Amino acid sequence: MSEISSNIILVILVTSFATYLSRFLGVVSSEKIKETSKIFKWFNCIAYSVLAALIARMVVFPAGELAESDILIRLFVVVVSVVMFLFTKKNLVYPTVLSAILLSLLNSYL
Amino acid sequence: MINSKYFFQGFKSIKGLDSPALALGASFIAIGALLKNIGFNLGQSIFSTFLTYALPGSLVMAESFLIGASLINIFLAVWLVNIRLYPMTVSLMPLLLHKSQPRWKYYLSCHFIAVSAWLIMKGNYKSIEKKHRIDFWIGIGTGTWSVAIISTIIGFLASDYLNKDMMIGLAIVNPVYFTCMMVGAMKSLQISLSIILGAILGPAFFFISPEWSILYGGASAGTIAYFIGEFK
Repeated sequence: MSEISSNIILVILVTSFATYLSRFLGVVSSEKIKETSKIFKWFNCIAYSVLAALIARMVVFPAGELAESDILIRLFVVVVSVVMFLFTKKNLVYPTVLSAILLSLLNSYL
Repeated sequence: MINSKYFFQGFKSIKGLDSPALALGASFIAIGALLKNIGFNLGQSIFSTFLTYALPGSLVMAESFLIGASLINIFLAVWLVNIRLYPMTVSLMPLLLHKSQPRWKYYLSCHFIAVSAWLIMKGNYKSIEKKHRIDFWIGIGTGTWSVAIISTIIGFLASDYLNKDMMIGLAIVNPVYFTCMMVGAMKSLQISLSIILGAILGPAFFFISPEWSILYGGASAGTIAYFIGEFK
């Protein structure tokens, strides 16, 4: 195995360990937490708001390819998709497909 | 060992109109293409999604790898971006725990905790008897995880045909899917407030600390929402 490819394997192992750690510790803590407890409710709120924070960050301050599109275009696409989601009785296929096409088009022609 | 009726019931959540398959597929196609571009081979790319299965973590790994970050720095950066998995696990697993079920199922299947599978389980657990929830969960997890792995392969193989505008289009699918799922999950005051405040405070904290913004924003938003919901 070359040096670069064994390095890649190490990077993957370190990444997966760093990821599994939080999941593992979560299960350990869960053994002591009842679903009716206050602490469970509190964690539930935090889980939803951390996800909302993550998603909002992906749209407002994206990493990678998305950073090359305009923020106003991204926000426009997200709002249009959510409105479509609500109008199609919560169908998820239409807004997701629409968002990809809309952003690709707006980004290349605006 | 695993009740196949509930396993397949969960597995089937990847088809249908509220399926996460499309969003997961789009984002892991982008990951496959990205990993190829930074010099991973096909086997390594599959290995990466197989073992990590968390999108932001894989993105951070790719960025850190490109700039030649040390292993300890990669560990810290990935751990930080994926620490959200801790509150997600703590707010899911107590719903699935049952005395009659062996512990290894929980420690193994926590690998499937990622936004898409988590949101599906949170939306459906009440319809499944508590004893069988873990098998249903393993079904959801296996389904979504398989989609991620297959999409990584497709993205790797198709990367030469994907131009920049197409990649940007693929990248928006995931946040749009999750935004819609979150809007759909707003069923109580506490959860709605958690989501709305999180979406505001997350980006707001970015101006103070980009690395910690999700954690700070999420923890403060969730705590405020919890107290408002409890004492109202």
